[in-house]
Amino acid sequence: MQALFDEFPVILDAFWLTIRLTLASGLVALVLGTILAGMRVSPLPVLRGIGTTYVNVLRNTPLTLVIVFCGLGLGLVLDVSFSTSLSTNYMWLSIIGLSAYTAAFVCEAIRAGINTVPVGQAEAARAIGLTFGQNLRLIVLPQAFRAVIAPLGSILIALTKNTTIAAAIGVGEASLTMKTLFEAHGDAVVQIFAGFALGFLILTLPTGLLFGWLAKRLAVVR
Amino acid sequence: MTAVTTEPARRPARGRAESSERVSVLYDIPGPKARIRNNVLTVLVIVAALFAVYVMVTKLDEKNQLSAEMWTPFLRGDVWLNLILPGLLNTLSAAAVAAVIAVPFGFVFGIGRLSERAWIRLAAGAVVEFFRAIPLLIMIFAVMFGGSAVFGLTVTPFAAVVVGLVLYNGSVLAEIVRAGILSIPRGQREAALAVGLRPGQVMRMILLPQAVTVMMPAIVAQLVVLLKDTALGFIVSFEDLLNAGARVLPSNFNNIIPAVIVIAIIYIIINVLVGTVATWLEMRSRRSRKTAAQPIARPDSPTAVEGGLGNPAP
Repeated sequence: MQALFDEFPVILDAFWLTIRLTLASGLVALVLGTILAGMRVSPLPVLRGIGTTYVNVLRNTPLTLVIVFCGLGLGLVLDVSFSTSLSTNYMWLSIIGLSAYTAAFVCEAIRAGINTVPVGQAEAARAIGLTFGQNLRLIVLPQAFRAVIAPLGSILIALTKNTTIAAAIGVGEASLTMKTLFEAHGDAVVQIFAGFALGFLILTLPTGLLFGWLAKRLAVVR
Repeated sequence: MTAVTTEPARRPARGRAESSERVSVLYDIPGPKARIRNNVLTVLVIVAALFAVYVMVTKLDEKNQLSAEMWTPFLRGDVWLNLILPGLLNTLSAAAVAAVIAVPFGFVFGIGRLSERAWIRLAAGAVVEFFRAIPLLIMIFAVMFGGSAVFGLTVTPFAAVVVGLVLYNGSVLAEIVRAGILSIPRGQREAALAVGLRPGQVMRMILLPQAVTVMMPAIVAQLVVLLKDTALGFIVSFEDLLNAGARVLPSNFNNIIPAVIVIAIIYIIINVLVGTVATWLEMRSRRSRKTAAQPIARPDSPTAVEGGLGNPAP
C-alpha cells in the first residue's frame, strides 16, 4: 500500500495526461466526425465516397496500428512536428491517431441519429426552400445530435480507455506509468493495479451517468 | 416510424431512364442549375483531393518513401513466408484461442446475470462491469506483471494477450448474451413456465435457442473487435502481424511507412470479411422464423438509438 501513496503524485500526473488526451481527441473527433457524417449524406457522390472509404478504412484498422503509424510514420519519417519537446510532440501525434480513429465512430453515430429524424422534418425544410446545407445545419443535425447523446457518451468512454494505447509510442499516460511502477515496485503489483483500475472507474462511470442523464434531459419529444 | 434515411432511397419511378437515379429526402432532385452547381463542386472536390494526394506523394518522395527498394520486399515470396505470415499466424491464433474461450465465458456470465439467485446475479454483474470498465491494455500489463509477481509464473506475451482479450471481450459478449435473452418476448418465458418447465429448462429449451439466432450477428461483429485488439500485443512484444509490420520489416528494409500500409491492408481485408459474415448473419436472422425476436444491436453499429441505424422503411 505504501508504494501507492508514495507514487500518488506520479499517478495523478498520468491520469491528468489521460484526461487531456481524451478531451483533445474527443473534441477533434467530434468536429471531424460531424463533417464526415455531413459528407456521407451530401448530394455529391464524390464526398459520399470519400466519407464512406474513410470510415471503412479507419473502423477496420487496429487503433494500435493507427497510433504506431502516427508516431513512427508521421513523426519519425515525415518529420511532422508540433513542438520541440519530444514528449509533447508524441502527445500530439497520438491525439491525431486517436481522433482520426474515433471520428469514424462519431460519424456513424451521427448518421444513425440522422436516421431517427422523421422524414417530414426534412421534407418540410425542403418545402420552405432550405438548401441541403441549411436543412442539415438548422433542422436535421440539431435533432440528430440530441438523439445520439448516449451513443456519443459510449464513444467517449471507449476513447478514455483507448488513450492507454498511446503507450505504444511512449506517451506517459496511465497505462505506461502503471507499467513503469510495476517495474519499480515488483512487490506491490496488485495494489498498483487496483489503484489504476479505480482511477479508470472514476473516469468512466460518471461519464456514463452524465451522458445517460443528458440523453434523457435533451431527448426530442415526439 | 419512417425516418430520414442516409441511404439514398430509390426515386419513385417516373420513367425507365430516371428510375435508377437515387435521391435522398435531405435535398431536392437537382434541376438544371443545381446540376451545374453540383458538377462544379464535384470538380472542385476532386481537384482538392488530388492536391492533397500530390502533397502527400511529394512529402513521401522527399523522404524517399516511394523508392523501389522500399516496396520491392513485398514482391518477394520469402519476405511473406518468413516475416509476414508468421506474424499473421500468431495474430489469428491468439484471436482464435481468445474467441473460443471468450464465447463460453460470455454465455456463463451473461446467463449468470439473469440468474434467479441474487448472489450469482451480483457476482456475475460485478465481474462483467469491472472488466468492461478497465482498458484492455491495463489488463494485459496486469496479467504479465501480476502473473510473475503474485503467482511466480512466467507469462508469455501470447498468454497475457489471450487472457486480457478473454476477460474484456468475454464481458462484452456477456452483455450481448444478456441483451439477446432479454429481447425474447416475455410471453415465451411465461408460456414455458405455465406448461410446467423449471427455470433451468426454460433457459435451455426455450430462451437460449431463440436468443442464439438473435445475438449471432452481434457476437460475430464483436469478434472483429477482438481480432483488432490482438494488435495490442505489439506493446508487450507479442510477435503478431503488427509486430511484423512495425518492427520486423522496418528493421530489415528500413521501410516503416510502406510496411505499415501493407499490414493495414491485410487487417482491413480480414476484418471486412468477418464483418460481411456478421451482416449476412444479421440478414438471415432478421428473416428467421426460429425466433420470436429481432437481432440485437451489433457493437460496431451505434444502434442504442431508438428507431435504429438505417431502419428499413416499412
